[in-house]
Amino acid sequence: MKAICFYFQIHQPFRLKHYRFFDIGNDHYYYDDFADDDIITRIAQRSYLPANQMLLDMIKENGKKFKVAFSISGTALEQLEQYVPEFIDSMKELAATGCVEFLSETYAHSLSSLYDPDEFYAQVKAHDEKIFQLFGQRPKVFRNTELIYDDDIASMVYSMGFKAAITADAKHVLGWRSPNFLYSSASAPKLKLMLKNGKLSDDIAFRFSNPEWASYPLTADKYINWINELPQEEQLVNLFMNYDTFGELQPRESGIFEFMKALPRFAAENDIQFWTPSEVVSKFKPVAELAVPYPMSWTDEARDTSAWLGNTLQQEAVRKLYSIGERVRLCTDRRIKQDWNYLQGSDHFFYMSTKHNDDGSVHSHYSPYDSPYTAFTNYMNVLSDFMTRVEEQYPASIDNEELNSLLLTIRNQEQEIEKLHREVEMMRNNIVKDTTGDFPIDEEPAPEPIPEKKEEKPEPKKPAAKKPAAKKPAAKKPAAAKPAAKKPAAKKPAAKKPTTKK
Amino acid sequence: MKALMFGWEFPPHILGGLGTASYGLTKGMWENGDMDITFVIPKPWGDEPKDFARIIGANSTPVAWRDVNWEYVQGRIGDVMDPQLYYNLRDHIYGDFNYMSTNDLGCIEFSGRYPENLLEEINNYSIVAGVIARTVDCDIIHSHDWLTYPAGIHAKQVTGKPLVIHVHATDFDRSRGNVNPTVFSIEKDGMNHADHIITVSNLTRRTVIEKYGISPDKVTTVHNAVEPLNEELLNLEAPPGKTSKVITFLGRITMQKGPEYFVEAAAQVLHKVNNAQFVMAGSGDMMDKMIRLAAKRGIADRFHFTGFLKGKQVYEMLAASDVYIMPSVSEPFGISPLEAMQMGVPSIISKQSGCAEILDNVIKIDYWDTNAMADAIYSIIKYPAMFNELREQGLAEVNQITWDKAGAKVINIYRNLINR
Repeated sequence: MKAICFYFQIHQPFRLKHYRFFDIGNDHYYYDDFADDDIITRIAQRSYLPANQMLLDMIKENGKKFKVAFSISGTALEQLEQYVPEFIDSMKELAATGCVEFLSETYAHSLSSLYDPDEFYAQVKAHDEKIFQLFGQRPKVFRNTELIYDDDIASMVYSMGFKAAITADAKHVLGWRSPNFLYSSASAPKLKLMLKNGKLSDDIAFRFSNPEWASYPLTADKYINWINELPQEEQLVNLFMNYDTFGELQPRESGIFEFMKALPRFAAENDIQFWTPSEVVSKFKPVAELAVPYPMSWTDEARDTSAWLGNTLQQEAVRKLYSIGERVRLCTDRRIKQDWNYLQGSDHFFYMSTKHNDDGSVHSHYSPYDSPYTAFTNYMNVLSDFMTRVEEQYPASIDNEELNSLLLTIRNQEQEIEKLHREVEMMRNNIVKDTTGDFPIDEEPAPEPIPEKKEEKPEPKKPAAKKPAAKKPAAKKPAAAKPAAKKPAAKKPAAKKPTTKK
Repeated sequence: MKALMFGWEFPPHILGGLGTASYGLTKGMWENGDMDITFVIPKPWGDEPKDFARIIGANSTPVAWRDVNWEYVQGRIGDVMDPQLYYNLRDHIYGDFNYMSTNDLGCIEFSGRYPENLLEEINNYSIVAGVIARTVDCDIIHSHDWLTYPAGIHAKQVTGKPLVIHVHATDFDRSRGNVNPTVFSIEKDGMNHADHIITVSNLTRRTVIEKYGISPDKVTTVHNAVEPLNEELLNLEAPPGKTSKVITFLGRITMQKGPEYFVEAAAQVLHKVNNAQFVMAGSGDMMDKMIRLAAKRGIADRFHFTGFLKGKQVYEMLAASDVYIMPSVSEPFGISPLEAMQMGVPSIISKQSGCAEILDNVIKIDYWDTNAMADAIYSIIKYPAMFNELREQGLAEVNQITWDKAGAKVINIYRNLINR
């Protein structure tokens, strides 16, 4: 018995518009909506939608024996929701069959795993939340941006409670070992590792329609035979590829859809099953530990991170970006948060690659820029503007720690104020019940201004909403004010002390 | 293999890129070994390097018989030519040119520059070429640029050896399309008579094929290269008091070089950035216009004109620069960005220049796209990573572009012609 595990990646970045240095400080909208719309609509029509239909047919035909997994980045989901909502519906339909598993990843398809652990945790959480919200699944298996993986990432992934991670089969890591087994991480032995079978995956993704390829034309029969002929003990074949393989990289005319549809029949004849990553992880036992001291990925000839971090331009851009990570997380402005996500997309750095030859042509194929230098210039102009906006929120003269404690103080005070308000209200109600009092009114406004001043600094939303509620009874029954007013006024200094000490 | 080359300039006394390229190519060919090159120029100064080519001055080649003794010849032209060669040449005078104005040695005077009576000088040069071709034994004749095409044709007719002409520029580049009919006809004549044509870029190759109607199989591109700089120049440093970024344009201030686009881009950048200075180094017929334009844009306080720079001054200027720009409207090759890269200066070049075909680690823009030019300048002076990447990658790249590789290609072309 052997098992095939299919996993498809869907990702689209938010491309930057032509952003000139004159725009820095003046224009805070960075995206080329037209290009995004154009590209995702085209790919969806040519590839994603027909491919979804194909999978749906296959699942129906094969009585749920055919299973696949998806990894869809948050930015791609946002674009699909906006431009191709029918795709989301079709995905929901697929999810409802129970034969589709969704994988976890970073929301922005970012490189945060290499630079900013806090950001990494936050993004994975955000992504999984989005998946749950759309498809009702909590991802259990993790796959990082472009399968970037090393031991440090493994520890982080494991600490977030994932059972397994998906990664690439870099030759310099695997050596003589075969990717057709389940491995476990050296740094977090309980985290299992599924490795891409590069040869068989790329046969479909890149070579399928190449008439110069020795094995052209590839038929389902032939393909399943290859898998069947693998040594008996190699039971797991992980086929990882971009989803746009179907219809875009391999055009419809090449017969790629028919090839896929025929796979389950030949697989069944040879007792080969289709499993989701979660099934694989629960049914197989890891054969060995895999130590990966330096990050590997599934991109470029080198299978490392040089596609995004290979030259000084890329390193500088990434460094500058993550230098403000902590600051951005302190911000509450929604647009800043959103831009922060979009600017992290690994694609922006991919475009800055100065590699030549085969790798270079892949980079320039995807890049909207005519040279890596233009890509860098444009990105840095946008980033400059973004950094000024973050700066405007909190001046750079205060260091992060100080800012953090100030924000904490404010938040604590907020809670304190809220608590006191509740107390005031409760007491007022009590007083109203007991007496109809004839206390003087002149002290009534005194308690109000004090909390009001405090409330202006922090996020005004919560207290602002509560205030009128607290005010009303006081205004209605001015007589009740005095005894109540005394309390918060007296408590204020006491309440302040412990919080500011922090 | 023996080659007879006709050129117009040779270092150290050069007026433009032609001299540098002729020198580099000759040296590069010599480095490939087994080359015996005779290089004819109108007016040698005596301090030309002689270790890889024999220099013959057209102004010391007799076209009319004069009975002069050895000592006299030695005293007159001994610094540029062996007197024995003078006598050899004198033995090959093929006509009576006494009607022309010749000097005491029977030679015609040349300015060696680009004077008003350039056409007359070109004609005289070709008369002299007849004498030289009869004297010097050669396997192939090689003419550099249109000024020497008539000489090359003459030599070919005398010797029957194959003629290669080297197109360093065409009149379409120099005039933005308004060609001078006389120059065009000289160029066209040269191309028709040539057995093979070498162009310095594919851009020029296309011009030769499309504008001059030459069969493509007769035209081959051999890109120019650069000589490695010596330690002294490489160690030049920016002046210590320099506080602002310097963006430099270096070249003749003429229509071909697109100086007005540089000024427009400068105006854009200076409206946004304070610590930048723009320098337009060189001279030319559009200089006054550029000074007025800079004043009109209100940037004259940070836009400087240096006038013509020569020799070491050029490298001092580059050492002080943070960005080098060549916005040429039409540049057959353009060797100066390569020199800037050698000095570690990030370069911005127009896509309409020939060197853009072989350079990767520069920023390429359309000459008319002043917005893109301004963006690129801003990026280099604002983002250190951009500056460093272009500087280091540029250095690595330009060090690979050497004349011996170009020389090997030319030798290969010679072989094919001789063995035909």
